[in-house]
Amino acid sequence: MALPIAYSSINSGKGFYATLALLAGFIAAGAAAFLYVEHHGHVVTGMTNQIVWGLPHVFAIFLIVAASGALNVASIGSVFNKKAYKPLSRISGVLALALLAGGLAVLLLDLGRPDRMIVAITTYNFKSIFAWNIILYSGFMAIVGAYVYMQMAKGMEKYKRPLGILAFIWRLALTTGTGSIFGWLVARQGYDAAIMAPLFIAMSLSFGMAAFILVVKYTGKATGNLLGSKMTWRMGRLMGIMAAAVLYFTTVRNLGNLYAAEHAGVEEFILFSGNIFTKLFWFGQILIGGVLPLVLLFAPNKGESSSRVTLASVLIIIGGFAQLYVIIVGGQAYPLVMFPGMEVSSSFQDGVVASYMPSIYEAALGLGGVAISLLIVVFAMMAFKLLPRDMSDAALDPHHAVKAK
Amino acid sequence: MSNISLKDQYINKTRRDFLKKAGAGVTTAMLASGITLMAYPDPALAREPNEGVDPTKRWGLLIDVNKCTEDCNECVTACSQENGWKLDGNPAVDSQWIRKLKIKNPKTGFEQTFPVMCQHCANPPCVDVCPTGASFKRADGIVLVDKHICIGCRYCMMACPYKARSFVHEPLEDQKSHAPRGKGTVESCTLCVHRVDRGDQPACVDRCATKGHGALMFGDLNDPKSEIAKTLATYATKQIRADLGLDTGVRYQNL
Repeated sequence: MALPIAYSSINSGKGFYATLALLAGFIAAGAAAFLYVEHHGHVVTGMTNQIVWGLPHVFAIFLIVAASGALNVASIGSVFNKKAYKPLSRISGVLALALLAGGLAVLLLDLGRPDRMIVAITTYNFKSIFAWNIILYSGFMAIVGAYVYMQMAKGMEKYKRPLGILAFIWRLALTTGTGSIFGWLVARQGYDAAIMAPLFIAMSLSFGMAAFILVVKYTGKATGNLLGSKMTWRMGRLMGIMAAAVLYFTTVRNLGNLYAAEHAGVEEFILFSGNIFTKLFWFGQILIGGVLPLVLLFAPNKGESSSRVTLASVLIIIGGFAQLYVIIVGGQAYPLVMFPGMEVSSSFQDGVVASYMPSIYEAALGLGGVAISLLIVVFAMMAFKLLPRDMSDAALDPHHAVKAK
Repeated sequence: MSNISLKDQYINKTRRDFLKKAGAGVTTAMLASGITLMAYPDPALAREPNEGVDPTKRWGLLIDVNKCTEDCNECVTACSQENGWKLDGNPAVDSQWIRKLKIKNPKTGFEQTFPVMCQHCANPPCVDVCPTGASFKRADGIVLVDKHICIGCRYCMMACPYKARSFVHEPLEDQKSHAPRGKGTVESCTLCVHRVDRGDQPACVDRCATKGHGALMFGDLNDPKSEIAKTLATYATKQIRADLGLDTGVRYQNL
């Protein structure tokens, strides 16, 4: 029988305090931005009555979607019983919780009335997909929290798998809910597509895996406990498959829109004439976030490379932000069609492409959310034994030594 | 009305008397530091405050596009004056409860103008998506926002097919006591619910009639004897984006 995995907490390492200070700085900037917007109103942001959801929502939804994907490694270990992934389950669960917390913080702090958070938690309209999401997020926190606890507590082994399965189902529901916030907006030509749900699931699997790889690799490097290159490559290839799935669902969604004359206007806008949105779509999402990572991870005769996985992870995250910007802001920038085939004008910017320039406050709030997530991870790694003491291939993968022979 | 006890009627009467005696404007009393009790003068209502909304009614508007002239903006001005919102030089963020829309057929050059406001749908998407239930539909069909539970998430603005809603982006001053608004909350046309409840018609309808256009008609869609219901039964009318199946309370004639 293999030796039990030994875990350790961290409280030092290269750039440990510098990392803490940097994260604290971003959080302070985010807090200042929140207070400023709260005091003056949303007029100081770039958001308007046309672009009602802006950069904060891009950050918030990225973090929420990535949270579900960060749980990939734990799910593969518990649900699909892959032994090499099991030692990384704890950090996988904690990262998922932290990303969700950061995303929700941004979402809540951008509300017009953030002081009414208690109303959002206690007053439900059960027909609202938004309200379902509040339940899905709270449930995710509770289930994944319990799942992480079972992994760390003695004598709780038997609960790990059932909770892992519940968490796996719950996270699919969560991302379905997040995608449906947009997919069920029947009034807007840029949304109104049930495929948004599976698209968001694929996005979560890909973005979350990228975030997980970067966090674990960075921590391993800073603490001198390097993640094994075989394991990195395995996770990288898996991320590549998820990135390919994102491209697939994106293609089907866009083809479907092109086919329906009703949606042709918004489709032409995103694909060809939408300036920043067109550039972000083709260069940001498709090239940087899709094609390049696939080349890095699947080009034949290139061999395995840990650094290529790192680069692909960074590209997928950049592409992910671009994709969410195009979906969220681009979908609103294209004018709402009330009278098909007619030219429309008014004092309320009917019929014109809405312009949006994100303010520094929105960027600070969004980055503050990312910093909240990362700081939670660092504090959790200090307080609990989350990472295996040895993350080399030989220690993680019971088959590694056999294969090496 | 018959359900109201004599005691309640007495309380209502004495309350109104008190308010009348208190004179014009808002009555305020400081209860403690920072806590102010405000009471608003309450002229004789068509409906008593403790009387429920009549669910047999469905208030609606009929807009005759042929009678609406391009250079006239009186309905918008009337709404702004009545409800206290105004265009303040920043049209991207200023609230607009009602706006004049101009549509042009690019192939024929045919043009029309008409006002668009909250369409007071029977199946309102804004009410469906609102996470807290702040967006709600009254029993008589008027769609409103409860400013006390709106958290300012703006999902209703994403869901509205008519761009009828505005988000209050800036601190407010000089609010009308009958049309409370709130920074950080969403608002839209209330169909002048305060006027409807006292038996009047919305300000835009009044003003359009006063100016001699008579392009706007207000009434109970459910009452076959009402002028609006008779007109709807006689002439072809349209709902904007009828394909969505929302059953709007605002209808258009000659559109």
